[in-house]
Amino acid sequence: MGSFDSAPLKGKGPSSDGIRHREISAAKGGKETKNMERKEWPLWEVFIRSRNGLDHKHCGSVHAPDAKMALQMARDVYTRRLEGVSIWVVKASDIVASDPDAKPELFDPAEDKIYRHPTFYQLPDEVNHM
Amino acid sequence: MTQTTTQTVSAPAEHIEYVMRLGDNALILGQRLSEWCGHAPVIEEDLALANMALDLVGQARLLLTHAGKLEGKGRDEDQLAFLRVERDYRNITMMEVPNEDFGRTTVRNVLYSAFQILLWQRLATSSDTELAAIAAKSLKEARYHFNHSAEWVIRLGDGTEVSHAKTQAALDYLWPYTAELFAANPTDEAVSAAGIGPAWGELEADWEAMLLPVFAQATLVVPARTPFKTFGKFGRHSEHMGHLLATMQYMQRTYPGAQW
Repeated sequence: MGSFDSAPLKGKGPSSDGIRHREISAAKGGKETKNMERKEWPLWEVFIRSRNGLDHKHCGSVHAPDAKMALQMARDVYTRRLEGVSIWVVKASDIVASDPDAKPELFDPAEDKIYRHPTFYQLPDEVNHM
Repeated sequence: MTQTTTQTVSAPAEHIEYVMRLGDNALILGQRLSEWCGHAPVIEEDLALANMALDLVGQARLLLTHAGKLEGKGRDEDQLAFLRVERDYRNITMMEVPNEDFGRTTVRNVLYSAFQILLWQRLATSSDTELAAIAAKSLKEARYHFNHSAEWVIRLGDGTEVSHAKTQAALDYLWPYTAELFAANPTDEAVSAAGIGPAWGELEADWEAMLLPVFAQATLVVPARTPFKTFGKFGRHSEHMGHLLATMQYMQRTYPGAQW
């Protein structure tokens, strides 16, 4: 197991489009070759929808040989205390993550644009659920 | 964990025996599966096996409590689970044989969970309403145990040369023990006649129909039946049972009446 946030990015660095691909099992390179020799199972990210939740939330990850087993492993690891009513698993290597080094250009520009928040607009009373 | 204050008249011996068998099967297999805790091949499966062990121990608690009430001698679940002598346990012998490896553990789980599914389905309409309620709860657990272990058997059997060999060896080893499940006996006949539950032999054809496709997909060969017979459910156990009980009973024997 490992957490999504702390799992090391195993790509070779940012590509020209500013994103890195999380390669867990298929990547080439020293560490990954070793993993392949040991035939480690791929990593799957687990998303659980709780009883009253509307959306699936990321809760962790499991190693499993394939999708079907990943669902069962997720059930056994993450729903032992009635945490959920639905599970999604996604192969970690299929997730495309933004590059932490690209944070300044990706996110900082939004900092001084508070007018994008809806609090500046008078809403009619009939609109209840904004 | 509390003793019943109102003693009821004993139920027929066969009825008690039948419930005790179910309770002991769950108890002993639960004990075996709990041995994996901290030793499974990966942490995910460690939790899966511990979850299954807990399901079984939970079933054992309900069933042994019920058996104690039917018996009417004031024995509670702990006294039945931890303070009987070997000859008084009624589990089938297959439950007590050692885990050996993940292959044998998994094959045993698939063999027994398939049987449990069929049995719990039938017991859900038992004339013993307490047993029917336990069956309804346990059926869901058995279904997951079957799905999980069947998926494993398929992957191991149809996996590498080593995993195939180990899984086939497990099936060859365990298959003769399954004969005990279906062997005719007076307890089953009496219970079946009273509408409490099926004679286990009635379930054999459906049990094979559930398992044969799994083994076929796993490229495993089902051995032919042999004259080999075991008699755990009559209290005549294998050499492994004493060792299992020594571990399982240790705490209650050392600290009689100890509670959580």
